Amino acid sequence: MEEIRVVDGNKAAALGAMLSKPIMVAAYPITPQTPLVEYLSQLVADGLLDADLVEVESEHSALSVLQGASLAGGRVFTGTSGQGLAFMFEPYMRTAPLRLPIVMVIVTRDGISPQCVWGGQQDAITVRDGGWIQIYVESNQEILDAVIMAYRIAEDSEVLLPVNICYDGFYLSHMSEAVKIPEQALVNQFLPPYRPTHIKLDPENPMAVDPLTSGLLFAEYRQGHMEAQEKAKGVIDRVDEEFGRIFGRFYGGLIESYRMEDAEIALVAMGSPCGTGKVAIDRVRERGIKAGLVKVRSLRPFPKERLLDSLKRVQSIGVIDKNVCFGWGTGVLYVELSAALKGLRIPILDFIGGLGGSDITFDHFELAIEKILEASTKEPSQEVYWFGLG
Amino acid sequence: MEKRRFLCPVGTEPYIVKTGEWRAERPLTDPKKCVRCATCWLYCPTQSIRDYKSHLGADLQYCKGCGICAEECPRHAITMILEEEE
Repeated sequence: MEEIRVVDGNKAAALGAMLSKPIMVAAYPITPQTPLVEYLSQLVADGLLDADLVEVESEHSALSVLQGASLAGGRVFTGTSGQGLAFMFEPYMRTAPLRLPIVMVIVTRDGISPQCVWGGQQDAITVRDGGWIQIYVESNQEILDAVIMAYRIAEDSEVLLPVNICYDGFYLSHMSEAVKIPEQALVNQFLPPYRPTHIKLDPENPMAVDPLTSGLLFAEYRQGHMEAQEKAKGVIDRVDEEFGRIFGRFYGGLIESYRMEDAEIALVAMGSPCGTGKVAIDRVRERGIKAGLVKVRSLRPFPKERLLDSLKRVQSIGVIDKNVCFGWGTGVLYVELSAALKGLRIPILDFIGGLGGSDITFDHFELAIEKILEASTKEPSQEVYWFGLG
Repeated sequence: MEKRRFLCPVGTEPYIVKTGEWRAERPLTDPKKCVRCATCWLYCPTQSIRDYKSHLGADLQYCKGCGICAEECPRHAITMILEEEE
């Protein structure tokens, strides 16, 4: 029998990790990820998670330790936030080119300065070009399910890349909701053990790892890495399908299109604001406004083909960005979506909100819908709005 | 560069970088002046000096052309010439 428990986002991530059976966990506590480390420690102490728990002295060590364990052929798990991710930058940038299928949750946090512990996606967004796969989720159930799916994606022979599951600090990490806990036997069936051949520390077959690499050979590795990101698009969709068939929950893979079939205007968002956004869409539809919402689950790889397909018929688009893109005067999702939809001539407005832990409310979504309705008929006077600031 | 067959930066056999490709100038030893004292061999930072019987000279696969041998040669037997010159 599938169990239903009321858990917060960090617990959902810990349970997702437990069901995926990593052999090693190394993590350093940092708000708002801290309870995740406590839950993982408890699971190991209670004998529910048969993993080595390495109490490291920093995030730099956490990921470095896991790189070693992954090189030795083990499945591993960690998580971090904000400053911790910043401290982890050097091993973070090395993980993906080494093609180590490590799964790490990022409990997204704003900052680093102004000093802030609250939610915002700036930390994860900032490392989006580190070569990892990045998936942003909306609910605690999705956190748990996405962690299990992350190993399937990461370890797929066409991909072999590390995966970040990014969930909003406090809005998900510290919020409790009912979560269905999949049965271990079904997870075992869905997720076979990890058996690496492409990179492995094996005394019988010695291998030098990450030797000095220059010029065309360097470019060749980059090219292969980029191809793996492209192939991950199909794998993410396929894994979601298979997960749905076994566990009964589908998330749409790269994107989820909500009430987009006949939509004339659309909102595009990532992470926990999508939940509020969907209810806002339902409300304005009662007033006869044909609006829909597209949830971008995968920021890396960026699902340009599926976004184009889902959004090509709408008259205007509003992007909700829980982050900023310095130098562009907009959010990152706005910049990336604009690049994906180039040539379509659909007006796109950007709405920046939820920074520093501030709320994105129904009123904000209604304001966004009002503005994009206007933009569908006449030239918009303003491209970027800040919720609460104008 | 030869095609490698790995997915990520690993190696399973020694891979030798031909540092000679980095050179701008190459040392040329005059066998008539060379007395095989091996001062150049002692100073060469890349262990590129070989015994060519008539004289000691640089192995141009590895010599980076730093010019230390030419500077140190007590007999002034070594001159540095630009790569594009004969």
